[in-house]
Amino acid sequence: MTERVKNLFSDSSRRPLLSIFYTAGYPELDSTAPIFQILEKSGVDFVELGIPFSDPIADGPVIQQSSAIALDNGMNVAKVIAQVREIRESCEMPIFLMGYLNPALQYGFERFLDDISEAGADGVILPDLPLLDYERKYREEFEKRNLSNVFLITPQTPEERIRKLDELSTGFLYVVSSPSITGSKLQMNQQRDEYLSRVQGYNLKNPLIVGFGISDRESFLAVTQYTAGAIIGTAFIRLLEEHGIDERKIEEYIFSVKGVEA
Amino acid sequence: MSYQVDENGYYGEFGGQYVPELLMPNIVELTDRYLEIIEAPEFQRRFQGFLRDYVGRPSPLYFAERTSDKVGYQVYFKREDLNHTGAHKINNAIGQALLAQKLGKRRIIAETGAGQHGVATATACARLGLDCVIYMGEVDIQRQAPNVKRMKMLGATVIPATSGSKTLKDATNEAMRDWIANPEDTHYIIGSVVGPHPFPDMVARFQSVIGAELKEQLGEKIGRDYPDSIVACVGGGSNAIGIFFHYLDEPRAKLIAVEAAGEGLTSGKSAATTALGKKGVLHGSTTLFMQTADGQVEEAHSVSAGLDYPGVGPQHAHLFSTGRVFFASVTDEDALCAAKECAQLEGIIPALESAHALSYLKVLKNDSDHVTVLNLSGRGDKDMETYMLHGLDQKDA
Repeated sequence: MTERVKNLFSDSSRRPLLSIFYTAGYPELDSTAPIFQILEKSGVDFVELGIPFSDPIADGPVIQQSSAIALDNGMNVAKVIAQVREIRESCEMPIFLMGYLNPALQYGFERFLDDISEAGADGVILPDLPLLDYERKYREEFEKRNLSNVFLITPQTPEERIRKLDELSTGFLYVVSSPSITGSKLQMNQQRDEYLSRVQGYNLKNPLIVGFGISDRESFLAVTQYTAGAIIGTAFIRLLEEHGIDERKIEEYIFSVKGVEA
Repeated sequence: MSYQVDENGYYGEFGGQYVPELLMPNIVELTDRYLEIIEAPEFQRRFQGFLRDYVGRPSPLYFAERTSDKVGYQVYFKREDLNHTGAHKINNAIGQALLAQKLGKRRIIAETGAGQHGVATATACARLGLDCVIYMGEVDIQRQAPNVKRMKMLGATVIPATSGSKTLKDATNEAMRDWIANPEDTHYIIGSVVGPHPFPDMVARFQSVIGAELKEQLGEKIGRDYPDSIVACVGGGSNAIGIFFHYLDEPRAKLIAVEAAGEGLTSGKSAATTALGKKGVLHGSTTLFMQTADGQVEEAHSVSAGLDYPGVGPQHAHLFSTGRVFFASVTDEDALCAAKECAQLEGIIPALESAHALSYLKVLKNDSDHVTVLNLSGRGDKDMETYMLHGLDQKDA
């Protein structure tokens, strides 16, 4: 784990933590750093930066479309790494790179870990990286570089497997709020609360961060009763889609979710 | 060397389960239960009963006399085109629909390219009283209109895939998303030997009835249960695995897979995966597929919607890299010519997919007593519009 990640999760006064997901290279190829700077200034706690992929099966239409546009803009792994380096010249907020396995494999997986670590990324989230591959092939490589690897759990994941995924994750555990792809309406129901409260009761080693279906203060507060924080992705991409990189709009939105008076 | 799946779901360096955690509950359930379910005698009785009385199996092994005269060696067609719904796809659709019932799933989803798998799945669902949703690329919906109408008449809901190339790859993405969103009541009937383990093995087992019948039929017709060579077309590769399956450990049978070269291997508009692809992770498994240097999946191009897929199943990737199966490719133009020739020599209008395999017959140089079996995987009714567009209905086109 990097010092940045350790500090983020050890400071309980900052909770609930707000994380934003957005796609590198969207809406423009060079938007990545300017958006990051605005987010940091607005009080976001950490960022998941999407590495676009042509076939993102775990994402909904909004994020998929942002990936397609980013790819059309010429985005690739090497450029994401260069942008992370650029971001690190002025920003300290932790960065988790989120993407699919294949672009990292084609870049060369160890070279990928070397370069993202050197550029200043703190960890990765690769939803299609199998637990067994990580355990057998990659775990040491992550640890050598102090990089976090974050696994996801869902309401259908059995307790035993949750404990295993927690053991193998570093930084935080990504808790999928409902069995659906990103961007669907959060089920404001008892089932979800029971699930989050159950996972909270496992006393896992990693802080829990909830993702999928969170879009506003109400949904943010609902899930962070049980967890250390939450991730907003689709709703933020929609904001970019509608307003472009509008500093005031982004700030207003972040403030509204965090419950900060503008 | 083993050509079958190992206990971890791999074929050599290919295969595996590269799926988001969201899909793992379904995949784990299937992995734990598929063999126990499909090997149970009662399941087999039911499955074989459907294949015989409903699908019309065994499909005939037909000596293609005029084709043989023309190419100068003995050619037999394995007539999967005579199956109910017109292609080999029904073997797997019935098998998996029965399996879904055993798993207690009431809702079926599937992807389709040419529409043959969609029609087969809609058919199996109608017969077994299951809800059915078919994902199909918007482009394919246009070029395979008759099959869309069939699926709808059979009671299925057809949902267009509007992302990417709007073809089979994108329909597969949409189906996977649906499965993620509906993990409890839904089974995904993948139509080819692609996807995460255990799909490639499960689909291969259901399709292996083709090769099992061939063994018996050849015994009766030529006095030995293996041919000198077998030719089959490959998109994802289900009809090819189906006919190869029982011959993988029979070195006397040469196995030839024919991919779609589209407008040519160097045209940039091709679907010849093993010639143009490299190793990576797509649709849940490590396999060979066409991709950019950055690891983005490239769009495939073929006149045949059923072969218009940028990858092959992991078992095919293994059979290619070990050299057990020889992979060739045939262009759109050559496939169209072969379709016309087959129609006029044998009185059989083949599916465009099968026409790729047919076209390769004239490339093979064999002695006159050499026996080749060609898997005639489907019939050409669905392709009439394409055939007419290319003037195949003109007398001397």
